[in-house]
Amino acid sequence: MRHAAIEYTHDEHQPRGLARWLFTTNHKDIGILYMLFGLTFFVVGGLFAELIRAQLFQPGQHILAPEAYNQVITLHGLVMVFAALMPVTAGFANYLIPMMIGASDMALPRLNNWGFWLLPVAAVVLVLPFFLKMLGIGNGPIDTGWTIYAPLSVQSGLGVDFAIFAVFLLGASSLLASINIIVTVKNMRAPGMTMMKMPLFVWSWLMTSLLLIAVFPALIAGAAMLLTDRHFGTHFFSAAGGGDPVLWQHLFWFFGHPEVYILLFPTAGIMSQILPTFARKPIYGYRAQVYSYWAIAALSVVVWAHHMFTSGMPVGGQLYFMYSTMAISVPLAVLFFCWLGTIWRGAMTFETPMLFALGYITLFGIGGLTGLVLADAVADQQYHNSYFLVAHFHYALFGGPIMGVIAAAYYWLPKITGHMYNERAGKWHFWLTMIGFNTTFMAQFFLGAAGMPRRIPDYALQFTDLNMVSSAGAFVLGAAQLLLLYNVIVAWRGHGRPASDRVWEAAQGLEFTLPSPPPYHSFTDQPVIS
Amino acid sequence: MTTSTSARHHYYVPKPSPYPVLLCLSLLLLATGLGLRVNGIGAGRWLIGAGALPLLYVLFGWFGSIIAESRAGLYHRWEDRSFRLGMMWFIVSEVVLFATFFGVLFYERSLSVPWLAGLDPHFSPWPGFAGGWPTAGPAGKAFEVISPWGIPALNTVLLLSSGATVTWAHWGLRRDHRQQLISGLVLTVLLGVVFLALQAQEFHHAYTELGLTLGSGVYGATFFMLTGLHGFHVTLGVVMLTVILWRSVKGDFNRDHHFGFEAVSWYWHFVDVVWLMLFVFVYWM
Ligand SMILES: [Cu+2]
Repeated sequence: MRHAAIEYTHDEHQPRGLARWLFTTNHKDIGILYMLFGLTFFVVGGLFAELIRAQLFQPGQHILAPEAYNQVITLHGLVMVFAALMPVTAGFANYLIPMMIGASDMALPRLNNWGFWLLPVAAVVLVLPFFLKMLGIGNGPIDTGWTIYAPLSVQSGLGVDFAIFAVFLLGASSLLASINIIVTVKNMRAPGMTMMKMPLFVWSWLMTSLLLIAVFPALIAGAAMLLTDRHFGTHFFSAAGGGDPVLWQHLFWFFGHPEVYILLFPTAGIMSQILPTFARKPIYGYRAQVYSYWAIAALSVVVWAHHMFTSGMPVGGQLYFMYSTMAISVPLAVLFFCWLGTIWRGAMTFETPMLFALGYITLFGIGGLTGLVLADAVADQQYHNSYFLVAHFHYALFGGPIMGVIAAAYYWLPKITGHMYNERAGKWHFWLTMIGFNTTFMAQFFLGAAGMPRRIPDYALQFTDLNMVSSAGAFVLGAAQLLLLYNVIVAWRGHGRPASDRVWEAAQGLEFTLPSPPPYHSFTDQPVIS
Repeated sequence: MTTSTSARHHYYVPKPSPYPVLLCLSLLLLATGLGLRVNGIGAGRWLIGAGALPLLYVLFGWFGSIIAESRAGLYHRWEDRSFRLGMMWFIVSEVVLFATFFGVLFYERSLSVPWLAGLDPHFSPWPGFAGGWPTAGPAGKAFEVISPWGIPALNTVLLLSSGATVTWAHWGLRRDHRQQLISGLVLTVLLGVVFLALQAQEFHHAYTELGLTLGSGVYGATFFMLTGLHGFHVTLGVVMLTVILWRSVKGDFNRDHHFGFEAVSWYWHFVDVVWLMLFVFVYWM
């Protein structure tokens, strides 16, 4: 086995400094931009979360005025989903997919650049009303909650308009990235790299891209109608003209439910890269996992109204959305089974990526199981607007995707930078994250079961103790993430020991046949896979 | 796993380009300007203007560099396949966009309006609301709808003919029949322009004489949203066809190297099919 890359020490056509990053058409540059952007907004969204937990530390706090509280929870949601998680997973896709399939680059490099630079624009547009307010224009950023429900979003201030334009920009960005990934996977694979030989991470991003194309236009359409309802006299979401505010919910969740899988898929793929490496065993059930991806993707676009059981729905609709939602747990369980099958009786070691991968299985498992409670149309009436839902959601999205991208960060950081991170700090990061996370959100399951409603800046005295526990957990969780930043810097600045080409003893995949860090152009000549 | 290297030629990866990021700058100004403008803040207008200028520069520069690369022979079958797949998936995303608006039409028409009519008359959106389609309201704003057998039927004929002329142009291109290519494209552009003029005339008629506006309940909202979005796509299509016509006159395409032409003709057929759906579900039924 030998690798077939030509090492480019430098390239005369390459602009230096800022221009390199602004004008780049290189998938690795763009991947790094995505990842750094996502990491930055992970910090921003995390600070919003800490503000929320500080406000809720005890009843009667006045850290945030109620209006500001609404803005902070809205921005926390939008930032974490669109500006932190999606960009980070897109960053791994850009950096890794061409290497994993033996390509020279992404298929459409200029569109790739455009797709990335739309993101900072969208982020600026989203938070601009905060600064406009300082100039006396409007009343600050969007404050409707990240779901932007009508009629509140029709009546609320100009922050909603800027959020609508941010949605347009984010949509364009996501669609461009998705088209590029699909085309790359279809057209750029090295000879012999058949679809069923592709690493599961590539498969998972192919499914993510298909889902994005299938659902993001619905949100764009919804946002367009919201804009015309707000300013051009239409009545899409207003009963006064024969419209229906619940229509917004349908459009939002037709996008919003698959969005969960859009966030989840890439990390499910990441699991199937990391677990075999540290269990020193081949992937268990490769085909079963691919078929599960398809089943999950197909089901995910027909179950959206389980978010709307409390909005009023005919009984037939409730039954349909309840059973179809529960049906998703079957292919999802297949994935879990395959992950456990992969590590079963393996010669496991527990480096940081493996720890986070196992944490992912545990926490996302809890997120999935509590989702079954909410999928029950009858039980949902009780739990829907309570902290139970908040806790479930965070087990699903922090416990799943965020644990997954942290695992991926530790796994590929040595490959990307050429240097190891600090393993000791990594282990501390893992355990503090587990303790902080479970303290924060386990408490919220109990708060929700006890009846504490979500999305309010204050609460009844009886909920004080558990809220204090939850906030204390959140402070630990937030502080622990500084260790991630520390480790990124350690590897980035080359303080860790040099990483070998293979990095991990049992790592598989074309990217590990290249040096660490890989050359600027990975496979100028395509390898032939036998 | 890897045994040797492939003998295939190198995939063309373009050099760093300033256009995408400039386009983003332009979109930043446009989005900010529009956000201010819809809230009646005067500065918005200036920002929109400031954003439109770099947009034009980028469109010329970016497409210009693609055309130059194409002329320089940098694109081969491998790159061509990427462009084709990219265009195809872009059109798929557009299909989803229109499907959503059609979904909204069906939802409002067959679910939400009848549900409203089934409520206690006390909660009726306006007196005399009966839940039919067209919705004939809100209160005090009666309107008439556009008959499908006037301009809409004519427009259907025009767009279908334009689909035929663009295909005829394609046949010409495939047989290296330049004159047929160019006259086919000229006819297609003309038919598109006439379509747009008639559509504008129809909107004018609706607003000034029929009382049918964006504010005419969900009927008016879905009517103008669907037809307006389609009209916007036709406008884009006409612009793209004009560029392709100009490139054909310059002799950019030959029988086995004409992705630009095909991409635009696919787009044009897509717009055509959307119109058929509009004619049936918005105007006729
Ligand atoms: Cu859901």
